[in-house]
Amino acid sequence: MSIVINQLVNGLQSGSIYALVALGYSMVYGIILLLNFAHGDIIMVGAYAAWMCMVNFQCHPIVSMIIAIVTSMVLGVVIEKVAYTPLRSAPRLSLLITAIGISFLLENGFQLIFGAGAKTVPSMITGSDIVLGGVHLSFPAVVTIVVSLIAMGVLTFLVQKTRLGKAMRAVSEDMGAAQLMGISLNKTISFTFAMGSALAGIASVLYLCSYPQATPTMGSMLGLKAFVAAVLGGIGSIPGAMIGGFLIGIVEALVSAVGLTVWRDGVVFAILIVVLLVKPTGILGKPVQEKV
Amino acid sequence: MKKFLALSMAAAMTLSLAACSGGTSGSTSGSSTGSTGSDSNTIKIGLIANTTGGNAQYGIAVKNGAMLYVDSLNEAGGINGKQIEVIAYDDKGDPTEAANAYNRMADEGVTAVIGAVLTGTTVAVADLAYNDNMPMITASATAPSVTLLEPEDPSQGIRENVFRACFIDTFQGEKMAHYAADRMGAQTAAVIFKTGDDYSEGLKNAFVETCAELGITVTSEQGYAAGDVDFKAQLTTIANENPDVVFCPNYYEDDGMIVTQARQVGVKSTFLGGDGWPGVAGYASAEDLEGAAYCSGYGLGTNTEFEASYEEKYGEPITGMFEPLGYDAALLILDAVASAEGQGLEAGSADYKQAVIDAMKATNGTEGLTGTFSFDEYNNPIKSVSMIKLEGGVEKFSEQY
Repeated sequence: MSIVINQLVNGLQSGSIYALVALGYSMVYGIILLLNFAHGDIIMVGAYAAWMCMVNFQCHPIVSMIIAIVTSMVLGVVIEKVAYTPLRSAPRLSLLITAIGISFLLENGFQLIFGAGAKTVPSMITGSDIVLGGVHLSFPAVVTIVVSLIAMGVLTFLVQKTRLGKAMRAVSEDMGAAQLMGISLNKTISFTFAMGSALAGIASVLYLCSYPQATPTMGSMLGLKAFVAAVLGGIGSIPGAMIGGFLIGIVEALVSAVGLTVWRDGVVFAILIVVLLVKPTGILGKPVQEKV
Repeated sequence: MKKFLALSMAAAMTLSLAACSGGTSGSTSGSSTGSTGSDSNTIKIGLIANTTGGNAQYGIAVKNGAMLYVDSLNEAGGINGKQIEVIAYDDKGDPTEAANAYNRMADEGVTAVIGAVLTGTTVAVADLAYNDNMPMITASATAPSVTLLEPEDPSQGIRENVFRACFIDTFQGEKMAHYAADRMGAQTAAVIFKTGDDYSEGLKNAFVETCAELGITVTSEQGYAAGDVDFKAQLTTIANENPDVVFCPNYYEDDGMIVTQARQVGVKSTFLGGDGWPGVAGYASAEDLEGAAYCSGYGLGTNTEFEASYEEKYGEPITGMFEPLGYDAALLILDAVASAEGQGLEAGSADYKQAVIDAMKATNGTEGLTGTFSFDEYNNPIKSVSMIKLEGGVEKFSEQY
């Protein structure tokens, strides 16, 4: 029994990272209908920022974490301003292709600057593991799950209770009408990107706690799986992204636990196909109404 | 002066031989002094290494290591009073270039070949050398197909003329299983390996088979896919089985991640690895790695004399096992050449080549830098491996095993 719980904890740990990243996908999609494929690479940049601070500038781990999160946030907004804002009235496909371009630019740019090899990030948080009976909870796992839940709570509060959150929801409902009501589109969209990217920054710090290596391509598979999580939960829906992330994490852990590791990625993408075929709106997504 | 020394040595060697072979040797040297004078006073050895192109660091290391031995042998008077002349070609890591290089040096009259360095190029050269029955030794190609005619089926026979100085992948798995049983008293073991990877699976299979022979229970074999960073699910299963040792035959970046995550999910077992491990100390914390052991072809610091003379000659320190393996490859084949020379055979003749091959095969207890050599039925070396242990975050040579 304890091994099942242990595996569930493993799933929850990687699932909470997927959930944080999926939130970024979902929020951006919700507001400008863009699948931001550069989102995964923001995590990579955050990880390199943490590595630079820890190793090259000998910063305190807490300072490094904050710098990693701020770097991700700023990068997200800069990408939005430079690459996406000029294309806001262009066809959706142009935006999608631009996002893929940005993703390649970041991955290959970092490979050029830092080389293709992995950079080891010294452990940022240390603490003793918790053992309850046969259940072994590692400190990073506990921190990852708790921090993600807090981050999600804060996000829900921001979206539901603040003026900017209300503006966000309004823009995602109807961009034109929101603008007519006096909501600043640029400000709201930038705010969305900043929040999504900050969550990616948090995800990158949590990622490094368990997988202490930064590589230029670390964000691509992570980003794709988070995208699956967002679709599974219902893209555009914030609670959906959280549920989707946790589900994907747990499915992965269970697939590996029964000895089908080689099929792990396959199972995740099979879920994407099944969801798109059976319930394209995902678990909590709203059905799209075609306006005629 | 040198020439006199060489001559006197040749005389001494000749004297120690049977009368008839002494005569042959004398006649050969006599005939060529009359003509060009270069043929009989030198022994031509071919050297094929990829010194440019991808993976050139391996080729350069092997070549430098081999040349270090050849030069020291020449300074000491050569073999049978003859200097060793190395005809070296760069194969750029390309099998076609390697085949061309071999054909050229065969035309130029080499009596034995050291090379090639990578598996693909070595197999290409081995095919040609087999047709000529040319004695050949590779310093570093680990694939079974180098010496086996049919890699899947050893009973199809071997290329009797082809040898190698490095151990093959399966050998490491066997050694580590023996080490786990002998030195650690392990009763149970688990394996975590990369699926679909020849190196990782080769080591794993050999380890598991040897464990079965030694009575070590293998609790589970956990696979992972290339590019994976999360191993916690597999490691949780291992933690639950709590084996004495975990064999992890992968490359250092993955090994570092695996060890770190293993400690996070509560694996307390000692980790064992293969020669993909060197450098792992930079990828996991000292306390997580403490006590782990891996085998390697050469432990840095085991032969300071060699390392110092290498650095003096080439201006840079050795990087790992390729330099010592190159040195040992040259040592083994030139020992065999010396034995053929001793029989007074004519250089380049079929008998001469066969004598070199027979001498190689009969190698027994030759002390190289990377171990004490003899060859098994498949022309793979039977030698000790260098065991490296992780102590306080440092990879330290512990013993020849």
